[in-house]
Amino acid sequence: MRRRASERRVLDEAGGIGAMTGVMAIMVFLTVLAAALGLGTAGAARLLTHDLAGRVTVQVVEGDPVRRDALTARIARTLRGQAEVRRVQPVAPAELARLLRPWLGEDGADPALPMPALIDATLRDDAAATLSRVTAAVRRVAPAARIDRHESWMAPVGGLLHTTVLLAAGLVALMAAATAAVVMLAARAGLQTHRATLEVMHMLGSTDVQVARLFQRRVALDAAIGGGVGALAALAVTSAVQAQVAGLGSDLLGGAALTRGDWAVLIALPFAFVALAMLAARLTVVRALGRML
Amino acid sequence: MANIVQFENVGLRYGTGPETLSDVSFALGSGAFYFLTGASGAGKTSLLRLLYLAQRPSRGIIRLFGEDTVMLPRDRLPGFRRRIGVVFQDFRLVPHLSAWDNVALPLRVAGVPEAQVEQPVHEMLAWVGLADRARAKPATLSGGEQQRVAIARAVIGRPEMLVADEPTGNVDPDMAERLLHLFDSLNRLGTTVVVATHDLHLLSRIPDAIMMRLDKGRLLDPTGSLRYPPPDRARS
Ligand SMILES: Nc1ncnc2c1ncn2[C@@H]1O[C@H](COP(=O)(O)OP(=O)(O)OP(=O)(O)O)[C@@H](O)[C@H]1O
Ligand SMILES: [Mg+2]
Repeated sequence: MRRRASERRVLDEAGGIGAMTGVMAIMVFLTVLAAALGLGTAGAARLLTHDLAGRVTVQVVEGDPVRRDALTARIARTLRGQAEVRRVQPVAPAELARLLRPWLGEDGADPALPMPALIDATLRDDAAATLSRVTAAVRRVAPAARIDRHESWMAPVGGLLHTTVLLAAGLVALMAAATAAVVMLAARAGLQTHRATLEVMHMLGSTDVQVARLFQRRVALDAAIGGGVGALAALAVTSAVQAQVAGLGSDLLGGAALTRGDWAVLIALPFAFVALAMLAARLTVVRALGRML
Repeated sequence: MANIVQFENVGLRYGTGPETLSDVSFALGSGAFYFLTGASGAGKTSLLRLLYLAQRPSRGIIRLFGEDTVMLPRDRLPGFRRRIGVVFQDFRLVPHLSAWDNVALPLRVAGVPEAQVEQPVHEMLAWVGLADRARAKPATLSGGEQQRVAIARAVIGRPEMLVADEPTGNVDPDMAERLLHLFDSLNRLGTTVVVATHDLHLLSRIPDAIMMRLDKGRLLDPTGSLRYPPPDRARS
């Protein structure tokens, strides 16, 4: 206990290193936010590919409501007969009317207006061959029917999400590099400030490891304080945004809700950054000491 | 008696300048007491720096404790340095540490358990007359007081060799004699002592000490007794 206190005092008022606390706080704050953005977006992208994989909608366009309903029933039967199809769910006309109301106004339910019929189906998998076999089967019954994959509607969104995830990962990596660079600069400044003391420590028989430890302890303390503050701030912001996301009730954004694993990653990040700072300090100091006698 | 130090044709050149030390050859007998004298700029500090491994020579061979230290890898230096106590000409106390912690430093560096640090530090500080200044930072100590802290730090680890560069330059004659007596006691316990000094008065206080004299970077050894120390000159 006493020894530790006195060892710390050897490098008290370490010039340059103290400023690191603030930089570290900002770095960790930005890193945790970037990581939260990346993880949330990855969750949404996962939801997109999982939920939409193999989902198709068959659209039956037929002016005569009676023939339309008959055709719809035949297509549904055909689909149910296909081994590749797991689930068939004709969309009820009332539901369709509700979906179209924002575009067509209250008159959307006007029976005189020709309305398409929709059948939702989930295929066994999202392979192209599966889709073309099912399409062929539907076309035999109703050559004019359109089959849309949900995935193809959402492809641009999926692309955007993946770009965002990559961007976030890039930001985290850049932030780690910048943190290491800042620590190295601070350690070098500290070495310069304490050069005379370090020489004396060497003359008294200190090993490089012992001397490096003095610095590492300082860096660890500063980095831990800065990292802790930055992490707490970032986690608070993330929680607030998550609460907002949950309040929206959107399907896609719902995927952006962070899982327990995501939170674990966010909490581990500041620790990783402190470890990174200590490693950078140690490497810098040991390398510099290697040049002394 | 074995030689604790051996220099053979050692030369030292700072940068591209002329040789500060040239063809220095001598041996230090284990347990002996040496005075190193010479005019200012003769190379006393330079020679001592080679001795306590703060500097590598430009040429020649230096054997310390029976091992060639010129080619010694860096990671083996701490082990050698812990066997040598050094009083630097400019003290070199750690500015942020109290007198107490400065004196304790060699023991802590060597990994001595904290329980065994307290007592010797107290004794050493009392010996150099600074028991009541234990908590003072070097900046608040007088030059002579700083020098005494430096001496306490150099001898606390009971080194096999003590190297002191002008250790009495900043103290009054009474304290100088007291410090010399400390070195003498240490020497009687087996430590080889090398003291660089201008103070001719001191030389007479240790009658059987061996003189080393530097003149413009060359060691004067008219009788050859520094090269081949006769066993009877060393004290046990
Ligand atoms: N680091 C250095 N770089 C260049 N020259 C140096 C260095 N240290 C010492 N010298 C030169 O080497 C010579 C011997 O210096 P040194 O300090 O060994 O003398 P000294 O005998 O200890 O003198 P003093 O009695 O004044 O302490 C001097 O001319 C000095 O200028
Ligand atoms: Mg000198």
